[in-house]
Amino acid sequence: MGFCWPDQVPLIFERSRKGRRGTLAPRREADPAALFGAENLRKTPPALPEVDELTVLRHYTNLSRRQVGVDTTFYPLGSCTMKYNPRVLEEAARLFVGLHPYQDEGTVQGALRLMFELGEYLKALTGMDAITLQPAAGAHGELTGILVIRAYHEDRGELKKRRVVLVPDSAHGSNPATSAMAGFEVREVPSDADGEVDLEALKRELGEHVAAIMLTNPNTLGLFERRILSLTEAAHAAGVQLYYDGANLNAIMGWARPGDMGFDVVHLNLHKTFATPHGGGGPGAGPVGVKAHLAPYLPVPLVEKTPAGYRLVTDRAKSIGRVRSFLGNFGVLVKAYAYIRLMGLAGLKRAAALSVLNARYLKELLKKRGYRVPYDGPTMHEFVAQPPEGLRALDVAKALLDEGFHPPTVYFPLIVKEALMIEPTETESRETLDAFAEAMGRIAERGLADPEWIKGAPYTTPVRRLDEVKANRRPRLRFGHRE
Amino acid sequence: MKVPEELRYRETHEWVRVEDGEALVGITDYAQGELGDVVYVELPEVGRAVSAGEAVAVIESVKTASDIYAPVSGEVVAVNEALADHPEKVNEDPYGEGWLFKVRLADPAELEALLDAEAYKRLLEAEG
Repeated sequence: MGFCWPDQVPLIFERSRKGRRGTLAPRREADPAALFGAENLRKTPPALPEVDELTVLRHYTNLSRRQVGVDTTFYPLGSCTMKYNPRVLEEAARLFVGLHPYQDEGTVQGALRLMFELGEYLKALTGMDAITLQPAAGAHGELTGILVIRAYHEDRGELKKRRVVLVPDSAHGSNPATSAMAGFEVREVPSDADGEVDLEALKRELGEHVAAIMLTNPNTLGLFERRILSLTEAAHAAGVQLYYDGANLNAIMGWARPGDMGFDVVHLNLHKTFATPHGGGGPGAGPVGVKAHLAPYLPVPLVEKTPAGYRLVTDRAKSIGRVRSFLGNFGVLVKAYAYIRLMGLAGLKRAAALSVLNARYLKELLKKRGYRVPYDGPTMHEFVAQPPEGLRALDVAKALLDEGFHPPTVYFPLIVKEALMIEPTETESRETLDAFAEAMGRIAERGLADPEWIKGAPYTTPVRRLDEVKANRRPRLRFGHRE
Repeated sequence: MKVPEELRYRETHEWVRVEDGEALVGITDYAQGELGDVVYVELPEVGRAVSAGEAVAVIESVKTASDIYAPVSGEVVAVNEALADHPEKVNEDPYGEGWLFKVRLADPAELEALLDAEAYKRLLEAEG
């Protein structure tokens, strides 16, 4: 490494020197007190760092060089679809930055058309009849979808008896959290020996007390639920609504549609599957598609196409109301629209197929290097491995940092001990997958031979192994700004 | 791994100690080892009526968050307040200072459905 950074990086505030500045603010021409009212003006200046431009530039450039992300390395974080998103899509989103959500509809017809057409594409990809683009992320989409189901049962006078949402034991944690947040009781359904939902156990739970089932397909083991049609049929016979968690849609884009599988509601993670960089807290977008019988309950506003142009519809009596200010995270919608137009249906199908091929290839490579795959069915976009007997997932993950790779998801799903959940995505080359497998092989070999070595990893990162226990038990959530 | 003879166990790795019609509940030595270092414990409210098999508490470790199930039905009469500041007690002393909550038994016959130490040991062997 050419540049050696000291262990303790000062905060930008600690670089502050009184009176130092990078720019000169324009001379004040108006009287702020007259404009805003004297009582609304702050009495003391804000505690901003006083630094020159070069200091700021170096500070953030050097911080960015310590970053581990998809721009610097392979990032196989399972269930997160950390694929590369073409930079040109950021340019597409920038074309719209001059718009304001309070503009008159007549002046934003292009933006409304984009939203309408994106909705049509997503409906076609998922097999749904109506869609909202408002939710700001996946979990927000889940909540919106479950509230729509809730409104449906309430409208039919069945909410009092339908108090339960069923969730498989391999589910994303957000599924039970969403159900509880929407006021339902959560019951867990076990997986069978193949890692799919135990259909007989699920059928025993069905009844008039159940409002919905939340499922991911392919599930978090990366396996396609092969009995999905029997499952949705049995659920519908009991008046139960089927919710599709779209977190793993990347595996089946263009090949299979949740609507055809019998799902009534689906949310999509545009920031995973449709070209917005993911991680770091957003912004994302979690559109929710529904079948026709649930359409009246979708949030408002919706974009409608009329002979006179596009317009926003807000007067829908049964709507659950707004779930987000304005029209959601519009920039993310632009990127998804541009991505779908660039790829076309054929391109999306090819991306899905390559994501599956990459996962299967990497799984076989890791099996040859001593890693175990407890549910070794037909893998889709991801798979869940275990380290060789005697090694811990956490230690393997830390050692990967020294090899220059971002670790996979660890300790999830909960039904696999020492889980390493690996999703390579379609944007990685064979050379990268080979290099990753080689690194995993080296780690396994050395870790088994030298347990002290692997417990001490990582050795080459700016910060060594963190004390996660102390960080969780005694969190310090704000930096101490020394006056 | 310790499995005290005098306790009763649930398949989901909670233990029960019965004294004067009240059941003290915690998680087993095996469970704390599998969870890893505990960082937070969410306990039920005192006075809450719980039924056997109901998820009533949550234990968060650096690895995961796990539901804790009530082994028996009844009213929660006490919770281990000390865990708020010292969740590590669950790891250090799972059968003692790391206890979670206490339930006044609604139906002592439910205890029969729980495992004795021998049966629990066999369960652990089966889980490997």
